[in-house]
Amino acid sequence: MDEQPLSIVLFSGTDDRLNAAAVMVAGAAALGRPVHVFLQYWGLEAFRAGRLTEPRPLAPEAGSDGARAVAHLQQAGQQHWSETLRQAKEIGEVDIQACSLSMDLLRLEQADLDPLVDGVEGVAAFYVSAADGQLMFI
Amino acid sequence: MSTSVRQPINSDSVTLDARGLKCPMPIVRTAQKIKDLSSGQLLEVLATDPGAVADFAAWSRATGNEIVSQSTDDGVYRFVIRHR
Repeated sequence: MDEQPLSIVLFSGTDDRLNAAAVMVAGAAALGRPVHVFLQYWGLEAFRAGRLTEPRPLAPEAGSDGARAVAHLQQAGQQHWSETLRQAKEIGEVDIQACSLSMDLLRLEQADLDPLVDGVEGVAAFYVSAADGQLMFI
Repeated sequence: MSTSVRQPINSDSVTLDARGLKCPMPIVRTAQKIKDLSSGQLLEVLATDPGAVADFAAWSRATGNEIVSQSTDDGVYRFVIRHR
């Protein structure tokens, strides 16, 4: 049984990258791996309370063909990234923390964030929870 | 539609219809569902995600829930999993 933690720095706030991150989180949670997500910059901005499902742009490399493909997948039943994260939290140990510097940058308090976010921490706390597990940056 | 959808494997088994769900939701729903089962109970999962065969094999290895049978019928993958 593999219980190495997976740690993800979620920097991007585009719809496609949020989806990619949610897929990585949910897959690891299904395998029984603890997951730590550290929200920075535009990744954090996407977690503002009441604004989770607002339409968001795609990464620049998507182009118009990519935008059509993403829209098609959504019409075919791909669920929203926030719902994927919610289910990941139901099945596993998924801890989502806001980067304290990004909280300052965006002038946010924890009350301004969706309840999916468990707390606010600095980079040292994130590295300690990441320990020797894998770390990815999205 | 395969007959396995309507006919339970045995009276104690549970079926999860994950057809149409995109990766990684078949595995996520399976992990969610299996928590409701008792040890030794069987869970039948139907999925159409093209990654399902590799994903269920990996999930089974990682979590210790054994795949006791698997088959494919007209694009639908069927897994029978025994809860560890």
